[in-house]
Amino acid sequence: MPVVMDADRIGRTLTRIAHEIVERNKGTDDLALVGVRTRGVPIARRIARTLREITGQDVPTGSLDITLYRDDTMRHAVGAQPLVRKTDIQFSIDNRKILLVDDVLYTGRTTRAALDALIDYGRPKAIQLIVLVDRGHRELPIKADYVGKNLPTAPEEIVQVRLLEIDGEDEVVVETGGGA
Amino acid sequence: MSTTSQELDQKQAVTALRRKDLLGIAELSPQEIELVLDTAEAMKEVGTRPIKKVPALRGKTVVNLFYEPSTRTRTSFEIAEKRLSADTLNIAIGTSSVVKGETLADTALNLEAMSPDMIVLRHASSGACHFLSRVCRSAIINAGDGMHEHPTQALLDAFTIRERKKRLAGLKIAIVGDLLHSRVLRSNIHLLTKLGADVWVCGPPTLIPADIRRFGVTATSVVEEAVRDADVIMLLRIQLERMEGAYFPSLREYFRVFGMTEERMLMARPDVMIMHPGPMNRGVEIASEVADGPYSVILDQVANGVAVRMAVLYLLAGGVEHEEAA
Repeated sequence: MPVVMDADRIGRTLTRIAHEIVERNKGTDDLALVGVRTRGVPIARRIARTLREITGQDVPTGSLDITLYRDDTMRHAVGAQPLVRKTDIQFSIDNRKILLVDDVLYTGRTTRAALDALIDYGRPKAIQLIVLVDRGHRELPIKADYVGKNLPTAPEEIVQVRLLEIDGEDEVVVETGGGA
Repeated sequence: MSTTSQELDQKQAVTALRRKDLLGIAELSPQEIELVLDTAEAMKEVGTRPIKKVPALRGKTVVNLFYEPSTRTRTSFEIAEKRLSADTLNIAIGTSSVVKGETLADTALNLEAMSPDMIVLRHASSGACHFLSRVCRSAIINAGDGMHEHPTQALLDAFTIRERKKRLAGLKIAIVGDLLHSRVLRSNIHLLTKLGADVWVCGPPTLIPADIRRFGVTATSVVEEAVRDADVIMLLRIQLERMEGAYFPSLREYFRVFGMTEERMLMARPDVMIMHPGPMNRGVEIASEVADGPYSVILDQVANGVAVRMAVLYLLAGGVEHEEAA
């Protein structure tokens, strides 16, 4: 079970992404962070914290549950319905630049669902995608704007992002399909 | 009830609504009930968005088959179905072939030949939904069957109580009214006792079913006893249409002895919730000033009904015949 990112590396990576956000958007005006549940949410909050340290400005942060927008529910092969959790976006996304945050970018289907979900809340000026890990194997024409780490993987491998807030520790590991 | 996402992850691992139909509360486990209520919280948020619609049931067809008059329940199911993007059709019995003598099974099988995914059934006969679930491949959702059960009403009642009180366990809940004919009562007794509430039921002796204590509730005909220190008072409608005999002298007499007046309400806890599944008979089971007063959550119940029905529709749409989700 090789560890590909440890706590220090995750911390430095998110700091670097925060700087890229400020550079690319020339500040943080009109920006808002939206984390995709579950692990995109703490990542979004950490980036918001770093952005405040850099610019002294608060960036509104919300969380998005995409379960009701997935393209694989209702298909009998998938199993019982996944648990639906609450979306919590306490600000208007109209005319803002939304930074959509997820832990792993893989097929792109989660991002597709997140884009559909987000657009039901209004009409953002732009949506940019932040991922901690891009593991390749896209099935849709989707590309991240900020990537923590490009990680070439085989389809049968599993990329696990563990975060302090949810899992009690910070690390990214790759597991091989049939057990390590 | 503050649940972290970690707890929710664990909950997800142990629970899912693995059944084809929702026929009653009796067969649900406390975990399944909590799952519906938790899911309904997320569904309630959908109703607050500028675009109150999600694609979860896109391509699914839901038939609302109502053999009894209904405004609230039918409308509530229809809105819930539409918010989940299902295609819906309503069959009102007065204008259908039922008036030409078609049986329930024949009507259902003919509908089923057009491949709906779910049938929401309201019927005057107890057990009609169980019968249909054996005949039909579609998921059956009980929207009230005779004097048996009305599961989505009990779920929305529980959701409304939990939203205010943050729990159900240990609450004193007084249910006052026509106990004999009420399917809402039966579903509520099952649900509230499963989740640990202290349930008191009250009505004229002629309207208390003989074996009611078997269900773990306290029965009384003294309304003051039932409402004293209650956290929740739930009124039930006097169902004149189901009464074949004289169960009490007059409606005025009923109101005098059992009607929920402000005076009686003040015997309950200061933060009491007043509930009624509707339709209300003002001046019979409930005084207007109580129904419209600050303790009344009757319209919250109606609002929450949509979220709870969305949760039930969504959870049942997953079906049963498959293994654990990845």
